[in-house]
Amino acid sequence: MTIITYMIAYCGMAIFLVACVARFKMWSKMPMHLRWELYPVAHEGGGRATYGGSYLEESDWWTKPRNVSLLGEAKVMVPEILFLEALKEHNNQLWKLSFPFHFGLYLVAACTILMMVNGVLGALFPGLMAGIIGTLFSWLISITGYAGLVLGLVGAVGLIQRRFVKPLRDYSAPVDVLNLVFFVIAFGTALTTALWVDRGFERVSTFVGNLVTFHVSPLPGTGPEVFMPMISAILLAMLVAYIPLTHMSHFVGKYFAYHSIRWADEPNLPGGKQEKVIHELLDQPVSWSAPHIQGDGKKTWLDVATEDQKK
Amino acid sequence: MKQPDSVKDISKHPGQPLAHVEPMELVPLPPPFDNLDEEPEFAKLSDQAREQYVVLDDTIAVNIKKPESKEEEDRLVQSFLSGLKKCFTKEDNWTFLQPLEMSMEHCAKCQTCSEACHIFEESAENELYRPTYRSEIIRRIYFKYIKKASTLVHGDIDLNWTTVARLIELSYRCNLCRRCAQTCPIGIDNALLSREIRKIASQEMGITARELHKDGSVLQLEVGSSTGMTPMIVKDNIEFIDEDTAERTGIEYETPWDVEGADILLIHNAGEIMAWPENPGAFGTIFDAAGLSWTMSSEIVAYDGINYGVWYDDMMFAKVAVKHAQAAAKLGVKKIVLGECGHAHKALTVIADKVLTGDLNIPRESSMVTLLDIVRSGKVKFDKSRNDFPVTLHDPCNLVRLMGVVSPQREIIEAVVPEGRFREMAPHGVENYCCGGGSGFAIMSGHNFADWRHFMTGRKKFRQILEAFQGEEMDMEHPKYLCAPCSNCKGQIRDILAYYDAWEKAGIYYGGLVELMVNAMVDAQPGFIDWEWH
Repeated sequence: MTIITYMIAYCGMAIFLVACVARFKMWSKMPMHLRWELYPVAHEGGGRATYGGSYLEESDWWTKPRNVSLLGEAKVMVPEILFLEALKEHNNQLWKLSFPFHFGLYLVAACTILMMVNGVLGALFPGLMAGIIGTLFSWLISITGYAGLVLGLVGAVGLIQRRFVKPLRDYSAPVDVLNLVFFVIAFGTALTTALWVDRGFERVSTFVGNLVTFHVSPLPGTGPEVFMPMISAILLAMLVAYIPLTHMSHFVGKYFAYHSIRWADEPNLPGGKQEKVIHELLDQPVSWSAPHIQGDGKKTWLDVATEDQKK
Repeated sequence: MKQPDSVKDISKHPGQPLAHVEPMELVPLPPPFDNLDEEPEFAKLSDQAREQYVVLDDTIAVNIKKPESKEEEDRLVQSFLSGLKKCFTKEDNWTFLQPLEMSMEHCAKCQTCSEACHIFEESAENELYRPTYRSEIIRRIYFKYIKKASTLVHGDIDLNWTTVARLIELSYRCNLCRRCAQTCPIGIDNALLSREIRKIASQEMGITARELHKDGSVLQLEVGSSTGMTPMIVKDNIEFIDEDTAERTGIEYETPWDVEGADILLIHNAGEIMAWPENPGAFGTIFDAAGLSWTMSSEIVAYDGINYGVWYDDMMFAKVAVKHAQAAAKLGVKKIVLGECGHAHKALTVIADKVLTGDLNIPRESSMVTLLDIVRSGKVKFDKSRNDFPVTLHDPCNLVRLMGVVSPQREIIEAVVPEGRFREMAPHGVENYCCGGGSGFAIMSGHNFADWRHFMTGRKKFRQILEAFQGEEMDMEHPKYLCAPCSNCKGQIRDILAYYDAWEKAGIYYGGLVELMVNAMVDAQPGFIDWEWH
């Protein structure tokens, strides 16, 4: 049981990392597309982002340096990531459930990271962690752990309920509900474990510490004291592996949705670096079959764009 | 109200409409149009049309004939699937591959977008017009029939000829205004999916809205303009406009044609020349007065800034954009300035940005910016008191939400309209509502489509216009000016105002921005805006 649990935990983390990297690579390797931005664009400088203006508001804009504000981008991104500001503004009822769910996830993730750091520091500096810093870690782990699990559970249950009510009911597939049920089971088991046999998260912390220090050893204790943390770890590891394989990987996709599409306002200046890429894309073969195109897989985009009009 | 019970209904009961909206079910408009009993008559779709073409709801946009045999049905379904597959290849769809994949993969189906859609809202939230209704259908078709994924993961749908034909028709129930995309917490774009459906129909199946393709892009590429104007006719018309404008303003000028080495190539939407000649006349007057070095081009396509491909077909879009740029390159101008046409702005300035390279990569600028430069330069003097009437501003989606040109038009209004006379619509700027004519609707009027767009897609804008003028005397004795700096928006607004008889009943008149400027020009005779309905 011990070995299997550790193996599943390692596999879960590995699948998560590999799947996230694969997703990231997939999105980043997509070909350049036509500009399709939506304003406001958060990095637009000169105060224009506040009302949705762009550099196109300036005469002879191509002769002037662009005013790009990374701070402006951060001012939008950070509240969006942490507090789901767009959902709060445009769908407040859903936000009341989605925010606790997502923030709960963040806290559980933070709790896990704290356990990892605690494990590493405990192995490297046992004396340090036996003192006030160790106590601080214990408190932080407990606070983030309980808050995260409770918020995540409340949010997940609420979101499941919404999936059974119109209009979401008509647009949801079975897996949309199952995804949330998975969260409820994993978080519910973890919370039950904590309340029943691991009030200070010491056992789970020990397990996570062992994981990151590659110290595969059984947890101390007997019966539920060992059994429950192991079950929790297995379920959470499976959940972690599952998330990036589904549309819940939108935490990766969203970065590209904003940076590569919605805010992608970089102009193609004459003689600039984009022109070479565009030439390559215009050289792609076309196979669209409509009479006005008659793509045969040999004609290129450039051929079609510059040939005489067919009826 | 008749509406579909579920997404799967799209495949069922061919020949029966999926939705029907009764005027009495709608939310009343503000006064003096607040009596639902007095709503204009909505023309019914003829029985002949229902017999001949695929039926979706109360109107028809695309004229998709019902197949005559099972073989024909199967061929069209396969053709649709073939096009859908091509949408996911770099070769055939690099233009929108990433945005499309994003909108296919990551929708959480939270329905946040629905509340942002003016068509869904004004249809009393009829399910057929929910932005995600069509998106969900295309998504399910893709995952089930192309990716062969489990229906437990992505939902189930039956694919038959009825599904395909209704879906194409349904893609023409969206203005492509992308207000829904703006509210999506993840970045999903239902409008893009509508456009991709239109694109499959056009680029693979050869199914298009006649007004956009045959009478639009094709005519423009063959003759020079979707209005049918040849180079000779357009020059004649402009000459007449120059003379007529000079008579009205007392300022002589002559539109320059094909001037090599001019600073600016001005490209109007040719619809302005035909329907609102005062607009190109006002441009000529003010450009001349400001001493700008400018020209128009009599090259085929280059005197009509429209680019309907932006709504349904990447290839047609690219062809027109290239023609515009070639004309500018031939003249050797320093920049192209787009007249008051929103989609022409977006098409050539933003979207074509990743198509035009080398000699064709000539800078493009909005006329809002050029006109503001004239105001700021002080070369033309304005008397605000000549515009002493209530003014509101319609924000064309293409100009604001999709290009970020928000402030210049407001600064111009501030310079030519007396303080306290301008009032914003709510909401405005990048959060504006579409006029209801977006994505080609303004020029589409087959069967009873014109009535449908006045009644459904334009209703929110009309509501906004009325709300903006509340508190004013709503009669013809107290004229009010709705400024719409976009040709297609202006066409749609003209049609809505006429549909509700809003000039006669409420004194609401409409026009462009440059007309307001010339109306306030000190050197011009007063009364350029003539308040004559047309």
